[in-house]
Amino acid sequence: MLRATDLGFAYDARQPVLAGVSLEVRAGALVGVLGPNGSGKTTLLRLLAGIRRPTSGTVTLDGRPLHGYSRRALAARMAVVPQETHLAFDYSVMEMVLMGRHPHLGVFEVEGPADLAVARDALAATSVAHLENRDFATLSGGEKQRVVIAAALAQATDVLLLDEPTSSLDLGAQLDIAQLLVDLNTTRGVTVVVSTHDLALASGICRELVLLRQGRVQAAGATAEVLTAEQVRALYDVDADVHVHPVTGHLSVVPLRRAAR
Amino acid sequence: MTTGVRRRMWTVLPLCAAGAVAAVVIAPTVGSTSISLTRAFDTSIPWADNVDAQIFFVARLPRVLAAAVVGATLAASGVVLQALLRNPLATPFTLGVSAGAALGAMIVIAAGLDVGALGVSTVPMASFAGSMGATAIVYWLARSQRRGLSTNVLLLAGVTLNAFFSALIMFVQYLADFTQSFRTLRWLMGDLDVGSYGPLVAAAPFVLLSFAVFAVLPRTLNLLTLGSDVAAARGVDVARAERLAFVSASLATGAAVSLAGPIGFIGIVVPHLVRLLVGADHRVVLPASAFFGAAFLIGCDLVSRTALAPLELPVGIVTAMIGGPFFLWQLVRHS
Repeated sequence: MLRATDLGFAYDARQPVLAGVSLEVRAGALVGVLGPNGSGKTTLLRLLAGIRRPTSGTVTLDGRPLHGYSRRALAARMAVVPQETHLAFDYSVMEMVLMGRHPHLGVFEVEGPADLAVARDALAATSVAHLENRDFATLSGGEKQRVVIAAALAQATDVLLLDEPTSSLDLGAQLDIAQLLVDLNTTRGVTVVVSTHDLALASGICRELVLLRQGRVQAAGATAEVLTAEQVRALYDVDADVHVHPVTGHLSVVPLRRAAR
Repeated sequence: MTTGVRRRMWTVLPLCAAGAVAAVVIAPTVGSTSISLTRAFDTSIPWADNVDAQIFFVARLPRVLAAAVVGATLAASGVVLQALLRNPLATPFTLGVSAGAALGAMIVIAAGLDVGALGVSTVPMASFAGSMGATAIVYWLARSQRRGLSTNVLLLAGVTLNAFFSALIMFVQYLADFTQSFRTLRWLMGDLDVGSYGPLVAAAPFVLLSFAVFAVLPRTLNLLTLGSDVAAARGVDVARAERLAFVSASLATGAAVSLAGPIGFIGIVVPHLVRLLVGADHRVVLPASAFFGAAFLIGCDLVSRTALAPLELPVGIVTAMIGGPFFLWQLVRHS
């Protein structure tokens, strides 16, 4: 459904961030994007969401290039969860979630009972319904991330793009978010693309992986095939032991040492 | 709550509007000669004999209306700039936008070009050009920093721009002749004594146009404060929205400054008090700030007219005495 062909992007012409990136996200997929810092993960998500236009190549949604959609039409199809959310103003949790309804409202339209129901449903799905009337700024990191995901759910899209959603969270909150993504993917049929540094998250929930290194796709495919010791070494310059964990049944990656280059 | 915002829009906004209208009607009755409202509005008395009506409509109402327009536009521009720059300390005054507008107006006044072609005053246009230039500089600074403007950069930019424009204003002042110089100095202190309805009419197109743009902005402003990526992902055409916000805030500030000089601190005091009372949603904050700003400046002007009567304080001094400490308090709170 979402297809990138030969994407190139540069904020500054001398330093391309992405080059020749092609990938396909099928409807209902749960795809992880892995890569070291500066490998272009965030930029790739921006291009997939149509927030930025690629310098070369195209992204298509259902066969139509993204720039053929209006901003609003695109927002009705794809939602984005940023890495962190800092607010300059004190919005309440409900206000934050209702802001997800923007693409479904006319210029002067005010959210009605139907929008409120969608927002409550989203808050329930992310298990933060009880926080509805709190100020967003007073929440913990994990609660904030759930509320931001709820806002993305309230947007009622069939694609959800998340940029390192667990990077600033504690272990428990990381597991909660991981479970939430699986639930959204399986029960709601949301297509999920998630960038992360967390290999446990990637192997635990993602059925497919895209490995990005220096703005290029190093490998892509089914998690079991892509997440190998060789690929991990090539990606992070780290020697790692990769084996199927006896309890979880997922691949477990244990870093051993910095690889000799 | 059928969405809190709808309820707040229906309760807060009529209240604020009523407050602003009451201020406009009551303020003209206060002054050296006390007049009666009932007599002023009594149409059975011929105009020529109705001294109360003459004082109300000719002597005092233009000034009160100027205060209302200036207060509303400065407060509303403050709200828009704060959202645009994602920083609650941004205001037309602290960013140097008011000073830019003042410089534009000063150049035209000092050069004696203030009545242009077709009897249309060139002052609003010149101050719009000045405010636009200043906002462009601040906006460019903000764009060059990916995460929005940090408070440090914002305040430094404001201090620098204010100092720069003040120097240029003094230079223009220095070149101007004595009578002109007194007039402009008084105007720089903030002067709502517009004298007639003429200046109001001259500023009206600018004010109306900017408020028409303000009317479509609020929900977009909410999203812009979350960051441009999030706003874009939620369906906002960010470049267009920021352009609209930036031009309309410049237009409004230019109009306000052309009427009354660079009156400070309205743009921070009013939006902050409003947010404390009604929350952060711009659909409530923006119109409520406009109404409250009108009432607030009318109140300040009343103080400036009566506190040391028969002497008249420049209203800019009154707003600064309230706004300066308030701004420092906000600075401590937000950093």
